[in-house]
Amino acid sequence: MQVHNFEKVWLGAAILLIVGFIATISYGTVGAGISMVDDSGGQISAQAVQNGNTGTQFDDPGVVQASEDQVVVYVVAQQFQFRPGSGDTPIRVPADTRVTFKVTSADVVHGFSITETNINTMVIPGQVAEVTAVFDETGTYGLVCHEYCGAAHHTMGGSVEVVPKDQYEPQEVSN
Amino acid sequence: MVFVDEYPKTSKLIRSQFIVSFIALALGAVFGIVQALHRTGTFRIFSSADYYTILTGHGVLLALVFTTFFIAGLFGWAVSNSLERVLPQRAAWGAFWLMLVGTVLAAVAILGGLFGAPSILGHSLKADVLFTFYAPMKAHPAFYLGAALIIVGSWIAGYAYFKSLWNWRSENAGERIPLKTFMVITTMLMWYISTIGVAVEVVVFLIPWSLGLISNVDPLLTRTLFWYFGHPVVYFWLMPAYLVWYTILPKLAGGRLFSDPLARVVFVLFLLLSTPVGFHHQYVDPGIPEGFKFIAMTNTMFLLLPSLLTAFTVVASLEHGARQNGGKGYFSWLRNLPWGEPAFAGCALAGLMFAAGGFSGMINAGMNINYLIHNTLWVPGHFHLTVGTAFALTAMAISYWLVPQITGKKLQRRGLAAIQPYIWFIGMALMSNAMHRAGLAGIPRRTAEPTYSEFSFEGVAGTVGEMRLQIAIGGTLLFVGAALFLVVMAETWIAHRGGRLRVNSVFPDPLSGPEHSPRILDNYKLWTAIALVLIVIAYGPPLAAMLADGITAPGSPPIPV
Repeated sequence: MQVHNFEKVWLGAAILLIVGFIATISYGTVGAGISMVDDSGGQISAQAVQNGNTGTQFDDPGVVQASEDQVVVYVVAQQFQFRPGSGDTPIRVPADTRVTFKVTSADVVHGFSITETNINTMVIPGQVAEVTAVFDETGTYGLVCHEYCGAAHHTMGGSVEVVPKDQYEPQEVSN
Repeated sequence: MVFVDEYPKTSKLIRSQFIVSFIALALGAVFGIVQALHRTGTFRIFSSADYYTILTGHGVLLALVFTTFFIAGLFGWAVSNSLERVLPQRAAWGAFWLMLVGTVLAAVAILGGLFGAPSILGHSLKADVLFTFYAPMKAHPAFYLGAALIIVGSWIAGYAYFKSLWNWRSENAGERIPLKTFMVITTMLMWYISTIGVAVEVVVFLIPWSLGLISNVDPLLTRTLFWYFGHPVVYFWLMPAYLVWYTILPKLAGGRLFSDPLARVVFVLFLLLSTPVGFHHQYVDPGIPEGFKFIAMTNTMFLLLPSLLTAFTVVASLEHGARQNGGKGYFSWLRNLPWGEPAFAGCALAGLMFAAGGFSGMINAGMNINYLIHNTLWVPGHFHLTVGTAFALTAMAISYWLVPQITGKKLQRRGLAAIQPYIWFIGMALMSNAMHRAGLAGIPRRTAEPTYSEFSFEGVAGTVGEMRLQIAIGGTLLFVGAALFLVVMAETWIAHRGGRLRVNSVFPDPLSGPEHSPRILDNYKLWTAIALVLIVIAYGPPLAAMLADGITAPGSPPIPV
């Protein structure tokens, strides 16, 4: 096969570019620790989530203080709200603290994305999405359902309030 | 000799396919401008709840119907022209009618949503489930049935090309497969392999489930089967555009294809790598281990290679053409290309925009960078450059060249045709750059409203208001572009025959011809086998894990939208 010299140079540069991309992404995963959403959240019955009889924290979703420097936020996404998150129940979490979001769906496929952050996951019936992050800036962040979930999908938003760590008071989780 | 006189039967088939394709384009374009004006809050004629029916219609009619029918016509011409034979009529027409019935079923199911979703056969006649139709959102069963018939029809259309090749081979033993046919066959092999996913999803799961014969489906499994097909379908749109850029565009530029062997290598690479990449649409899906996502990421990145090689070969061919026309210098040869010819200008501008779309696609493919833009407006910004320009503008441009040959009529309204690609280019530049930037600001895709009650978006570069304005203006220009194209086509179609055509289907030889390409490139069995092995590596373990707990578990019942 006859390959022109310019073609050879171009081919080499193209392969170098591709290997470079793969290397930077691998570095992001291993070096910078940006891990992907995976199967760590486990499975759950979507109908049980809807009926509130999963026997887990999803029956009473909200923020749970897991340890001194970690909180876990249980969120149920359903047509057309986040519980908590939507309307007048924003998700309140402390800054400079490991925050793990566990999100699941009670009906159809939803999205869970917090604006101005890398927190962005699909919410699929039967699966629990698990994302961990640290907020280093206080303030109010937008929360968006980014997967079409029905005729009122465009109303499905919410907010996340990040307060200074020393002003954060764990809320009572009722039973 | 004009194509229509040489192959009257094949020409009639191609004309029928193009008419369906252009009607789908017209409807899809109307839905497109309604959407662009609605979601930017510029002008509204439908409620926000109906927006999703319009969006489903836009996606299905343009991404599935316009593309599939146009590609069937283009491939029919390519096979017939390069093998110099008539397509097997029964298979080709059977495919056409099957695809048409499927299209009508799906279209009726979608449009029913705009007419109060009447109950037909015990199910509401609506299908506002979008192009991706993720379970457990349920559409009318006619929608799934229609989608299945379009796919099966396309399989039979492919059989007609294979049959032509086998017949040709029995008469031309030992000869190299002509390049255009090689490209058609490689694309169809890729298509057969990749559509298995969506066929299983629709036929095994969604049709029985939507009819109530089974109560549950596993949303993650059906979604995975969809994306097994959902990225290769992009190459089913792109490879026909490449066929045009490799085989017709060099001639339109006044030159010859630079390298036939490299063109074959590129298509073989697409056959190998197109399918085992689907997980890159599921980077942020729960329930899928990170390792599988990593494998898909590396495959996706290597899929850049055939496109980068194409950039070289196509640009080199154009440069050769320009130099034949007296072009000089490092870059000033660009002035010696026929920018006033609608077919050339459209294809060249489509290729240029595809380069930009390729770069934004690298961000999508960049596993963890993807967090920033997943399901934001960035994504439609990206694919309006690829399918919405690389494919759609190439299809329109090459129609200016091909339709005169299949009708025997001169292209009418050349002036409108000459400015149409530029209008499309400007409209897309405005709309797409604003969509990309809006995505970086976190504005989601697939929503009818520009604002939320709990918070507001802030632009990263430029204001949100300015982005909305650009999307509205860009969308309007794109609608004008589509309308101009359809006007030119309609006038050409109804014009009287007479005089000599300015175009023909005779091609100059490549600078480096098929005699320089190793014979192993024509070994379809080998490449198909390797492609299947790569798919088993990428999809075997994750699918096995999803099926291990039962094929419908964890299950979800249908939820009417």
